[in-house]
Amino acid sequence: MTSPSTGAPPALRGPGRPEAGERTAGHRRLARPPKRPRWTAAAFLAPLIVYLLAFYAYPLYRNIELSVHDYTPRAFVRGDPEFTGPANYLAVVSDATFLRALGNTALFTLGSIAVQYALGLALAVFFHRNFRLSAVLRAMFLVPWLLPLIVSASTWSWMLNSENGIVNAALQAFGIGQINWLTSPDTSLLSVTIANIWLGIPFNLVILYAGLQSVPADLYEAAGLDGANAWQRFWRITFPLLRPVSAITLLLGLVYTLKVVDIIWIMTRGGPADASTTLAIWSYREAFGTGQPDFSPAAAVGNLLILIAFAAGLVHVHLRRKEDHR
Amino acid sequence: MNRTSLPIRAAGFGTAFLALSVLTACASAPPQGGTATTGSGAYAWWDPYPQHDASSAWAKRVDACGQQAGVTIQRTAYDTTALTNQALLAGQEGNAPDVILLDNPAVSTLADAGMLSAMSDLGLDTARFDENLIAAGELDGKTYGIPIGANTLALYYNKKILDAAGVAPDSIKDWTSLTAALKKVKAAGKKPITFAAIGTEEGSFQFLPWFWGAGAQLTQLDSPQAIEALELWNSWVKDGIAPNSVLSNSQNTTWEEFLTGEFAFAENGTWQIDSSAKADFPTGIVQIPAKDGGAAPTPTGGEFITVPVQKDTQRYTATKKILNCMTTPEGLVETGTTFAYYIPSTADGQQAILARQPDLKPWVEAVRSAQGRTSDNLGTKYPKISEALWTAVQKALSGAAAPADALKQAQAQTRQAIGG
Repeated sequence: MTSPSTGAPPALRGPGRPEAGERTAGHRRLARPPKRPRWTAAAFLAPLIVYLLAFYAYPLYRNIELSVHDYTPRAFVRGDPEFTGPANYLAVVSDATFLRALGNTALFTLGSIAVQYALGLALAVFFHRNFRLSAVLRAMFLVPWLLPLIVSASTWSWMLNSENGIVNAALQAFGIGQINWLTSPDTSLLSVTIANIWLGIPFNLVILYAGLQSVPADLYEAAGLDGANAWQRFWRITFPLLRPVSAITLLLGLVYTLKVVDIIWIMTRGGPADASTTLAIWSYREAFGTGQPDFSPAAAVGNLLILIAFAAGLVHVHLRRKEDHR
Repeated sequence: MNRTSLPIRAAGFGTAFLALSVLTACASAPPQGGTATTGSGAYAWWDPYPQHDASSAWAKRVDACGQQAGVTIQRTAYDTTALTNQALLAGQEGNAPDVILLDNPAVSTLADAGMLSAMSDLGLDTARFDENLIAAGELDGKTYGIPIGANTLALYYNKKILDAAGVAPDSIKDWTSLTAALKKVKAAGKKPITFAAIGTEEGSFQFLPWFWGAGAQLTQLDSPQAIEALELWNSWVKDGIAPNSVLSNSQNTTWEEFLTGEFAFAENGTWQIDSSAKADFPTGIVQIPAKDGGAAPTPTGGEFITVPVQKDTQRYTATKKILNCMTTPEGLVETGTTFAYYIPSTADGQQAILARQPDLKPWVEAVRSAQGRTSDNLGTKYPKISEALWTAVQKALSGAAAPADALKQAQAQTRQAIGG
């Protein structure tokens, strides 16, 4: 854990999904040589195909199916839901909560990844010049990643408690009055975003730190000979050479942050009054947060989230292509 | 996906069955290869009490009831929300357990899904149960469950603080006298009251005594009475009589706050009786007052014992015995004390528990005047109404909207959700 540089490739694979996709593509290419018996290839492929179908294709299909039917608890048990086509999507989009949740999702996601990235990069550059204890310090920055979310989220909500929280106690020492971090509609989204930024810094730090290892040291030497100062070295060498790593970090950050439920749910339940409700929270609340599960609208919201993440992925691929063609 | 898991589960239960049928020669259910609920002589029992493990008094009591009925009970505990979801999934797969102890607002949801057997169809008489308590298990004139006990809310007070502030607990008769008492406590430099206004079912549960106490009905969330109730809570938070953290307080957090000894009053339930006796200060309870005096109707809490529909109807014979075992007066008293505390749901049971513990009297009275949340045939509409209600409470107390506007939006929201 103390040397993330060697652990970088597994970290890059963190989200899990791309790995499986790559492997299929690889196998297909291998299966082409004509002399190998096809069935061997098929046999080797079968477990993977079954795995993909059972754990990716089926849930996705089921989610779409849920969202185009009207699954009341009654229909869910009896298996006779009414087909409603796009009605759930229309209802979701025209709901008063939708725009609020969409706006909150944008603020929460973009705010989180921008600050996480900036702080992660700053820390990565800082730790890149190995000094004494840098390994220990770097390891300590990984703590948020290692803690179970229920622990860190509960700790945050305790620290931000209006009456008894340590944050307000500290602010009061400086003469600043009570701020209702989690219970005021003006600050609750900010509070959960701060907590989420804290959680996301290690991820950004580790990936960007690994990226920094691949920047050739002689470039810095040459720049130093040409009289470049630290600021110029960062903007002219580090930042441009890190661009591919930055792009994937931001994309993964976006995908992760879009679907964050746990930390917000534990801290504010999306409240007060939808003030910190994101699309993911809304979906979770519809399905599991009330006495009566509403699976269909929840699935519709979930599918919209998948579409947003997918669109971001496409933008990423497009940008990569453009870069490769240059 | 469900299909693939079935054979594995069936195999597991099959093995269990073989082992059990050797041990218990009198197992009453015939083996049912895979189609039956559990496919074995073991009777599946689900309850929402994960805090009681296999060695607990509760687990032993469940086992004992199974033994009396001549079967082995296999008990599985989920937490309350997970239990409803698990039950729905099991209903969909057609392998529901023999008995589920369900939180009372969930009964009508599952009954409406056609998952539960009506008590009359099983030949069980429900007349001896208190009408206000069993009402939550009724849907369209049929009863789908029996309350194994009930709990409800009252105001716990810290006697030390009240004495210091010069407040007599019996002076609290209506909202005016309560607010006066709270102001006295505040003037004496202590924190007056805490409650849970969290954005979940617990928030609605805690608000209902005030809502009903003002004379409001769940069918009309924006009535003048409803606005009065919300304005009461709102003024408490605005005037610093209640802490701002009530907005994020669950009932447990509220109780933790009360146990610090800094609060004069806390709205909480029957289940804290033991804990209040162990507090570092003397405590007591008063009924939550209605606006113009008298006790406000409080919502009933507690679980219903329900019998999911089985393909193999022969299983009902033993299930009925288990239900009877759980709901005799002695059985209700035993459940009541095991859970510290449930108030028995029949007059006989209440007499019996009072004979053993006379100090439960105020709670027995509170339970008698309590009201089911899904009563008035609200049934499956209740969860929607409740969601709108707790959202309105959150909006008002956080200052996002005035109480009247928040409730108006809540009424519009329920209209839209239940098409009423």
